[in-house]
Amino acid sequence: MENYETFESDVLVIGAGGAGLRAVISAREAGLSVRVVCKSLLGKAHTVMAEGGVAASFGNMSGEPDDWKVHFIDTMKGGQFLNNWRTAEVFAKEAPERVLELERYGAVFDRTPEGKIAQRPFGGHTYRRLNHVGDRTGLELIRTMQDKAVSTGMDCHMEVTLTKLLKASDGSVVGAFGYYRDTGKFVVFRAKAVVVATGGWGRMFRVTSNSWESTGDGLMMAYEAGAELLDMEMIQFHPTGMVYPSGMSGILITEGVRGEGGVLRNSKGERFMFNPDYMQELYKGQFAETEEEGFRWLEDKKNNRRPPELLPRDVVARAIYREVQAGRGSEHGGVYLDVTSRGEAYIKRKLPSMYEQFHALGDIDITKQPMEVFPTIHYTMGGIWADPETCATTIPGLYAAGECAAGLHGANRLGGNSLSDILVFGKRAGDGAVIYARKTNALGNFDAAQIAEEIDVLLSPINSKGTENPYHITRELQEAMQKGAMIAREEKGLTEALNSILALQERAKNLHVSGDRAYNPGWHTARDIRYMLKTSEIIVRCALQRKESRGAQWRLDFPDKDPSFWGKHNLISKKDGASVSIEPRPLPEMPAELAALFEKK
Amino acid sequence: MAENIKLQVMRGDASGAKMVTYEVPPVPGMVVLDALHYIQANIDSTLACRWNCKAAKCGSCSAEINGKPSLLCKSRVDTFGGGPIEVGPLRTFPLIKDLVTDVSWNFRVSRKIPSLTLAPDAPNPLIMHQIDVDRIQEFRKCIECFLCQDVCHVLRDHDRKDGFFGPRQMIKLASLDMHPYDDVNRREQLKGEGGIGYCNITKCCTEVCPEHIHITDNGIIPMKERVVDDYFDPIKKLINIVVEKKKPLRPGGAPPASTSGGAVKSVK
Repeated sequence: MENYETFESDVLVIGAGGAGLRAVISAREAGLSVRVVCKSLLGKAHTVMAEGGVAASFGNMSGEPDDWKVHFIDTMKGGQFLNNWRTAEVFAKEAPERVLELERYGAVFDRTPEGKIAQRPFGGHTYRRLNHVGDRTGLELIRTMQDKAVSTGMDCHMEVTLTKLLKASDGSVVGAFGYYRDTGKFVVFRAKAVVVATGGWGRMFRVTSNSWESTGDGLMMAYEAGAELLDMEMIQFHPTGMVYPSGMSGILITEGVRGEGGVLRNSKGERFMFNPDYMQELYKGQFAETEEEGFRWLEDKKNNRRPPELLPRDVVARAIYREVQAGRGSEHGGVYLDVTSRGEAYIKRKLPSMYEQFHALGDIDITKQPMEVFPTIHYTMGGIWADPETCATTIPGLYAAGECAAGLHGANRLGGNSLSDILVFGKRAGDGAVIYARKTNALGNFDAAQIAEEIDVLLSPINSKGTENPYHITRELQEAMQKGAMIAREEKGLTEALNSILALQERAKNLHVSGDRAYNPGWHTARDIRYMLKTSEIIVRCALQRKESRGAQWRLDFPDKDPSFWGKHNLISKKDGASVSIEPRPLPEMPAELAALFEKK
Repeated sequence: MAENIKLQVMRGDASGAKMVTYEVPPVPGMVVLDALHYIQANIDSTLACRWNCKAAKCGSCSAEINGKPSLLCKSRVDTFGGGPIEVGPLRTFPLIKDLVTDVSWNFRVSRKIPSLTLAPDAPNPLIMHQIDVDRIQEFRKCIECFLCQDVCHVLRDHDRKDGFFGPRQMIKLASLDMHPYDDVNRREQLKGEGGIGYCNITKCCTEVCPEHIHITDNGIIPMKERVVDDYFDPIKKLINIVVEKKKPLRPGGAPPASTSGGAVKSVK
């Protein structure tokens, strides 16, 4: 077997986005040795693309009595009650503390006239709750965490892809195996505890706001190691992705545009979100019912209700889809998002990177022209089941936090909740890993056969005489998912998608790439497609099994919620030999004092 | 159908590299990065380049287009007027392969700059007014694409990475120095190992910044003035000797090393 380098530490963190770096800080502050491994350069993780803000219930804006309870209610309602109540409770309670901590690490948020952190309105949040820096909040967050984590003296291994978790004979996770992207050489990290913070898996779709990194590595490594997954059918379609120019399709337009007064119109010029057909029972009476009230709200939030453009993402995305289906779409197959009424100076101050994005990439001046938008794949609510207290997975020694973990967002995530998610549960995962590592006397041993087997799999596309191009398989997978598992789902389309995926899995056994292992994107893609295919299979199987519409899961053949069964269960998928086994699992019941919060409203 | 786009792309590694010509069918709004992805998927999957967000927010896809340091994802192919599009790697950093260079030096320098260190009397929560943070927020727009580091002649032509941290780190230090509650003497590091004196204000860094940060005017020049005030103004020097400084400044220094060595490694 080929030689490989081995590194050791108390804690191994996989992924250097916000959740991973927050876990690093926890473990370093506890005095443990920590290694963090990332596929890209440090500071380039998907966190950097978050725009609108980080949700925490300070109530800094005048006249807004926000607190954790309102944030908790909003989060549960936004998630259509498929959330784990305890995860949401912990989250809502701890988010403010984590944001203030971030500020003390060096983040510089926009300010109120009183010198506090400024907060903006966002979809599904009752009050102005998104602490922000213009429309580049994610950049502020990751750079701050990066500087802080570096200052704690972590060891960072950039541009390393990990492909397999290593397990001891007692079933616990004791390290991970992978390769250096630049040389292709193999490497092993041994640790007492491992935190997976690898983000989401939006690359399985053709129109996506996700980067090449979002291939579900951490999710699949955990799954292969035997960890339980949850709610894999729940994939968020952000209502406003770019549709024109076509080369830019899928690139995100922040919800902040609507928070700052942007309105949605169809080709007839109608603000279609006021159409009562699009209003959900859960939100009736809480939103402006006339355009006049919507406009008044911009200046006077106390005496007016929010415009319906600020309904949760699943609701707005469906409405846009329906408008286009009904033939009321824009020139390039979307709808119009128009913020011009706010004026040039305001737009440039509050939405500078949106202005720049359209100006540089599309020759469109958003201070004078509307944007064309259509839903784009954005976020994965499902993932690795993580205990709310410590972020422990169902495998000893393995912790999960951030987008790759599941439990907080239920069937739909509210904008701004992901950035506070990674802070709150990044810390908890780090703390959990510290406790576990301290209980563990020595690094665990693993059977080297696990590595030999993985090396064979990784090298086969180079050594084999296969004929399949990994890029073409990826493209076909993305087309199949886009066609059958996108925003509007039904049995027939999902079954077709599943058949396509299974056929592609067979073809993927016959991959071939040219060149050697040194920084070879073809080889990297051949590796990625393996996990992308398996993840897609699980997504589609879960979507088939959930026979109702709830949050991001919209079944045309089951258009209503099924409160009696599916309202009380989420789906879990776990390894059962080589095949995927999926079963409904009852949601834990909310304690009476939390349940009472919903009755009062 | 419109005519194919012709790109010349630098291929090779430290042992030798040459320009290779590719033809790519155009798509409306296509950027150079899209063209490279087309080549990878359809012509040669071994072509190496970095990228992440494809929305000019992460600063991964830095390269040189027709000799100008640029983001591949922000450079539309239709802005070159049908003329040649030559794509090469950043010249200031060692070549790994094709368009990928070893930029780890920048991360090693970052490690020398202590993160924000709050003054002991800083309130919790911090109270800061927008007017106090406007200047810092401009610098914090930096996406660490390192195009400014690439174009800086101190680093590019004179290879003084041993004496000058480069424009990116100058504005990082400026943002810390201007933070209302930071308690570290940043000017000592700027004057010393940071090497702010090397900058002779040619403003090339400002020109290539994709975030339009006024690196020189708003960052480096004010910091040069502050360093001069602190260390070279004879009257102030005298006052400093006679009168005690108004607030004690902690000296800057390297952050603590981890038990396992504490290094940011690029791939080795």
